[in-house]
Amino acid sequence: MSAQDTHASAEVAARVERRWATLAVIIIVMMALLAAFAGIHRATMPQPRVETTDPSRLHLTGEFVESNLGSVLESNGNVTVRAIGQQYSFTPACILVPADTPITLRATSADVVHGILIQGTNVNTMLVPGYISEQLMRFAQTGDYLMPCQEFCSFGHEGMWGKVKVIDKTEFAGRAKGGGRLSCVGQ
Amino acid sequence: MLANRKLILAHFWLAFAVFGIALTLGAWQIFIRSPIGTWLSNPELYYRSLTAHGTVMGYVFPTLVAMGFGYAISESALEQRLVGVRWAWAGFWLIVTGSIMAVIPVALGRASVLYTFYPPLIGNVFYYLGVVLVVVGSWIWVALMSINLRVWRKAHPGEPVPLAMFANVAGSYLWAWTAVGAALELLLQIIPVAAGLKATIDAGLARVFFSWTLHAIVYFWLMPTYIAYYTIVPRAIGGRVYSDSMARISFILFLVVAMPIGMHHTFADPQVGAGFKFIHSAFTALVALPTLLTVFTICASVEIAARLRGGRGLFGWIRALPWDNPMMLALAFSFVMLGFGGAGGLINMSYQLDTSIHNTQWITGHFHLIFGGAIVIMYFAIAYDLWPHLTGRELTNLRLIRTQLWLWFIGMIVTTFPWHWVGILGMPRRMAYFDFGDPAIAPQALSVTFSVIGGFILLASGIIFIVILARGMRAPQAEAGPYRFAMAVHQPITVPVALNTHALWVALMIGLTLTNYGYPILNLALSEGTSVPAVYVGAQ
Repeated sequence: MSAQDTHASAEVAARVERRWATLAVIIIVMMALLAAFAGIHRATMPQPRVETTDPSRLHLTGEFVESNLGSVLESNGNVTVRAIGQQYSFTPACILVPADTPITLRATSADVVHGILIQGTNVNTMLVPGYISEQLMRFAQTGDYLMPCQEFCSFGHEGMWGKVKVIDKTEFAGRAKGGGRLSCVGQ
Repeated sequence: MLANRKLILAHFWLAFAVFGIALTLGAWQIFIRSPIGTWLSNPELYYRSLTAHGTVMGYVFPTLVAMGFGYAISESALEQRLVGVRWAWAGFWLIVTGSIMAVIPVALGRASVLYTFYPPLIGNVFYYLGVVLVVVGSWIWVALMSINLRVWRKAHPGEPVPLAMFANVAGSYLWAWTAVGAALELLLQIIPVAAGLKATIDAGLARVFFSWTLHAIVYFWLMPTYIAYYTIVPRAIGGRVYSDSMARISFILFLVVAMPIGMHHTFADPQVGAGFKFIHSAFTALVALPTLLTVFTICASVEIAARLRGGRGLFGWIRALPWDNPMMLALAFSFVMLGFGGAGGLINMSYQLDTSIHNTQWITGHFHLIFGGAIVIMYFAIAYDLWPHLTGRELTNLRLIRTQLWLWFIGMIVTTFPWHWVGILGMPRRMAYFDFGDPAIAPQALSVTFSVIGGFILLASGIIFIVILARGMRAPQAEAGPYRFAMAVHQPITVPVALNTHALWVALMIGLTLTNYGYPILNLALSEGTSVPAVYVGAQ
């Protein structure tokens, strides 16, 4: 470091150190590139867009009115699920979806910050009042999953557990025939 | 040459006293929500405890350690009496006042918002004001560190600033700037609502402000530990610092890149777009660099000590290390926990992997391992090393010290490894109760039970730690001599200006914060209709 350090041992030390630093930089650049590649090529990235909504008018107007909550089979065969979190439950409390189908989850909060986590999957998003969370998901198999609120939302937080029921694709299509919004509440 | 022993001791004693209380609360929490705890009929008590535990461990305890250690470094490394002692005491009393002001509403259940605040939940205004006072008290310390260095520079023009002080001042600047995020959230958003002047708040903006503080604060907690790695450990085990300049570069890198990365805490949030999340993810990868450099330099420094003691061979030198020296033991434990915690951190910061573990017990496991483990075990080592110089008495029971360090290490592993595991299974964090009778949750019961055992081992270790320090106050007197820091293999005679001053790096830190946070914050602040009604704690 100083001009006085000219002897050989200092040079060896500096060289070894430089090599390690270079290796560390390469590791870090590789990690960033991998993340960029996976994000672009495999389209695995966090929610890209910011959408807002007024939580005090959720129940009156817009896509999160009560009659519009639940799962709907779109004309292209995909499914859209709309849900809200509020102290201390999800609506619908049991989400019904088909297996092996691209699903879009759209959700928001009616009061404080909540979160949706579907156990055993990597479906995991925050519900922040004023903003709409959107997450793409796809379940390979039928089955039941627990869906706890993963963010502290005051004293009843520990009781805020929802469910996700994944059923056969054709069974879901049969139930969806009549139109309307599907859920598995009370089943 | 520690002239202000009382000041430094006051900081350390207050730090370890509040640490003891928060540790006890932590042990109770881990027990009460486990399968072996009885059902807590009032879950609200759990969240009071959790708020107190987080507030103390996050804001009060590490800040006091950094301050006390900082004053000790300033006096001993600069060999100069502390300038501004009266201000230092004022800062200390501000922290005492703030802590008491904050803890009363928490204890009454009026501020169960956790240390992360979580608006639109709003607690009693005195909780937030108390936290503000704690931060203001610590800012006095930041100013004093800067002033003391300036006084020294005037008396020693052109000389290299001792490494310990260079790093200490870097840490203080990092804290000053990282605290601004939470300060903006508190002063502009939360306190007006808590005081009843406003009724709505933008929760998304608040989360972005908080992420500004939430990540770099970890590096502020880390600074005393890294200072100990570089400037205490090699001296204590009879070695030399491998490279003084690499040490300076590491601290500079922390100062510059610890800040503009906090949005990796908001990957799962809807109020920030994917672009800025990616930028923050990439910058987070960069912050691994100073740690990788440090691991190299410290291992090399330790190897020097081993070879001086006659160690031989490619790995044979490891046996020659002074393993009965508490500092050596603490360093080894700290590195093991840093290794596991760091590997977990790379998963957390990953743009893709984060969704598998976000807000699960994995995260709790991660930061307990890094902060409670790798960082706090070095706080213990710092206290043991400084104590004889502060009390003028010797710490004689090395065996008990080693036992305490072993217990902390084992306790932390036994607590956090099961947490990581149940996190992968999807167990959410911050819950007062789990229904282990549910067949879907039952498989997590065994792991959670293990972590309870770990929690009680940690509590035992914490008690022993405080007993050792208290006994040290009454041990026979022994003059410890001047407090010294490790020498480098090649002690710097002249240092380039860039490695001897902070101005350039502070400018870069602020600049990067503005580029990485400016647009998202302005965008959210200017967007209409995103403020939502506040939900007052205790009003339901």
